[in-house]
Amino acid sequence: MDPVAGLLHGFSVALQPQNLLWAFVGTFMGTAIGVLPGIGPALTIALLLPVTVYIEPTAAFIMFAGIFYGAMYGGSTTSILLNTPGESGSMMTALEGNKMARKGRGAAALCTAAIGSFVAGTIGTLCLTFLAPPIAELAFVFKPQDYFALMLLAFLSVSVVMGTSKVRGFISLFLGLSLGVVGIDKLTGLQRLTFGVPDLMDGVEMTVVLVSLFAVGETLYVASRFGLHKPNLNPLAGGIWMTRDDWKRSWKPWLRGTFFGFPIGALPAGGAEIPTFLSYTVERKLTKHPEEFGHGAIEGVAGPEAANNAAAAGVLVPLLTLGLPTSATAAILLAAFQNYGLQPGPMLFINSGDLVWGLIASLYVGNLMLLVLNLPLAGLWVRLLFIPRPYLYAGILIFSLVGIWGVSNSWVDLAMMFGVGLLGYVMRVYDFPIAPVLIGLILGPMAEVQLRRALAIGQGDWSILVSTPLSAVLMAVAALIVIIPAALHWHRTRRIEPLEP
Amino acid sequence: MIRTVFAATVAVSVSALAALADPAVVMAPGGAGGGYDATARLPFEAMAAEGIFTDGATFTNKGGAGGTIGLTEFVNSSRGNDNAVMSMGVIMVGGILLNNSPVTLKDVTPLVRLTNDTGVVAVGPDSPIQSVEDLVAALKADPGAVAVGGGSAGGVDHIAAALVAKEIGVDPAKLNYIPYDSGAETVTALGGGALTVAISGVSEFKPMADAGRIRIIAVTSEGRIDGIDAPSLTEAGINVVIGNWRGIVGAPDMTAEGKAMWLDRFGKMHDSQAWKDILAKQGWVDAYLAGDDFAAFLAEEEVRTGTVLKDVGLIQ
Repeated sequence: MDPVAGLLHGFSVALQPQNLLWAFVGTFMGTAIGVLPGIGPALTIALLLPVTVYIEPTAAFIMFAGIFYGAMYGGSTTSILLNTPGESGSMMTALEGNKMARKGRGAAALCTAAIGSFVAGTIGTLCLTFLAPPIAELAFVFKPQDYFALMLLAFLSVSVVMGTSKVRGFISLFLGLSLGVVGIDKLTGLQRLTFGVPDLMDGVEMTVVLVSLFAVGETLYVASRFGLHKPNLNPLAGGIWMTRDDWKRSWKPWLRGTFFGFPIGALPAGGAEIPTFLSYTVERKLTKHPEEFGHGAIEGVAGPEAANNAAAAGVLVPLLTLGLPTSATAAILLAAFQNYGLQPGPMLFINSGDLVWGLIASLYVGNLMLLVLNLPLAGLWVRLLFIPRPYLYAGILIFSLVGIWGVSNSWVDLAMMFGVGLLGYVMRVYDFPIAPVLIGLILGPMAEVQLRRALAIGQGDWSILVSTPLSAVLMAVAALIVIIPAALHWHRTRRIEPLEP
Repeated sequence: MIRTVFAATVAVSVSALAALADPAVVMAPGGAGGGYDATARLPFEAMAAEGIFTDGATFTNKGGAGGTIGLTEFVNSSRGNDNAVMSMGVIMVGGILLNNSPVTLKDVTPLVRLTNDTGVVAVGPDSPIQSVEDLVAALKADPGAVAVGGGSAGGVDHIAAALVAKEIGVDPAKLNYIPYDSGAETVTALGGGALTVAISGVSEFKPMADAGRIRIIAVTSEGRIDGIDAPSLTEAGINVVIGNWRGIVGAPDMTAEGKAMWLDRFGKMHDSQAWKDILAKQGWVDAYLAGDDFAAFLAEEEVRTGTVLKDVGLIQ
């Protein structure tokens, strides 16, 4: 079946009333779990796996796809309004989005996030429909040295643009890197910084740090400042909709974010985080309003939000075409396929065309549904900020506690949550940026594993790191990112020097 | 990793003299959706469907550190409880040694081994290595130049690789073993040429081999497997048989009556059609071994794993 005929057939499946209902249930649940900290789509679908016994495969997958896409939408809401991202993919959204909300532009930020997610999700699904096989091949092209170069690029580019003070930014980054080495070393099996605590052997759970630093730190900070600054902002001061100017400034970041998100999402070790880092950096470099970055620039919301949704579409590429699960959620989806006795891969399109094309068509439907669900809600969500702060933040703290307890059911995680939350508070008071901690924690272990794999395969020969065309190009770009600003700075100071007495 | 407690939807038969239902307390020392999770839940599904045990069960998922965190909690919380059981497998045997866990499998009551996922040895589609003999020659010539991929360090794939090395007279510590987090990463690294050879479970590699992405050169079971055109290692002259088996153990200090009760239930379940259907659907190979036979097997596995982990230098 060629893609067009397949897709048309798929729509005839997806648009049946009961499948539309499943899509609605999925998107609704997905949005809800995206809002809740710590609870992600992988867990939700895992918990729903038993229903596969009762409902037919097409309906189940339509619902799961709705959950998957919906979670990416929902994550942006709490990031923007409350500075408490529930998913690592929406962390970069919080940086500019929350600043926008504080200026009364929360609704516009939610809109650009929702429309950006829709645009990225739709383009991603289009690429999935027509380009899946060649994109899936990327997985085989990427070698450890290519991954390492990509991660190094993400690292350097994001560190260069982070924060106002370089020293504070790097302190945060190294804090994250040291949290990242905790646990059993993957290559040698040795324990690092575990202090004999068994719960630390698998490392520090990223979600715990994310939720603690943002949600708990923010709560403590707000509580400590409550008496001094009564909140007097009007969350609706900036209107409910995006202005003409907002649209003009958003559409390019949406497209660029999609461009980063989709292919990186399709890589086995890609994920949703790296494209959001890259997208944020690029928008910050390309913007015509650099002075607004750090104070609520809409580009900084539009780009990363598009990137994380496109990455979600990218994850489905290797899963459907090769049967390769490249993320936790994809692995659970694979388990669901196997529950029905289906093996994803090239044969799936031939043997179960109904299911695959119905699933892909339902992605379009789900995307549209999410937009319809989220746009009117943007105005409603913003009213959350009218809730008196003691109630609002008490609620956030409870949801965070439940979410963290849910991650691994561990007291150590809860204790760590308060420790790291306190750290988040101190960092806020002394104006240390929060995001580099998470960037170090996420990218550090990934980059380390890839670097050591590359060196192990090359038997210690460092030249292997630039031995493929891709790694050489990425390394060169990474080097330029460091050298160009330094060179410009040196050039400027040299020209000024003769003028000084 | 998440704790889900749900009573299996099983009708409790209410007769005039019926005692209160005694639900089973089941620990899965791995996250929802994983192998330990399925090994914990599916037997109870089969038992409920066949009316062998219908009092329901509560499941706790507690992953981490090769399953030893779940094991520790199981031992601490269910001593002497005849209704408490836990899923486990070969990965836990290695995990206990690697993590130097104070709680070991000596603390629990072995009940049954249920399933086995045979290992397969595969190479890339264009690899010059065509057979086990080629692989042996390459390893003997320069073990460092043969990048061997597989699951976590000290896991069953690593142990298989080390056993092969030892058997052909190559120092296992010289193996260039590169652990991967997921089968997807291993397969793409092998197919893309980053790895020379990789070891993984048949369920993970067979679909990729069928699609022509990788080529299977050997299996780690005793004999050949249906649907795979490759010899077993034994057949190719390397005396190594290993698999990723999983089973069920009972609470510490379980009474003899409790043990007999569970062995009876699992025995009936093993003969049931519901269990056969589950095996087929999951692609599991039946490896039923009950009671003392399983305990003896477990003791052998502990010794073999300990020796190998010392050989490769992962434990002292």
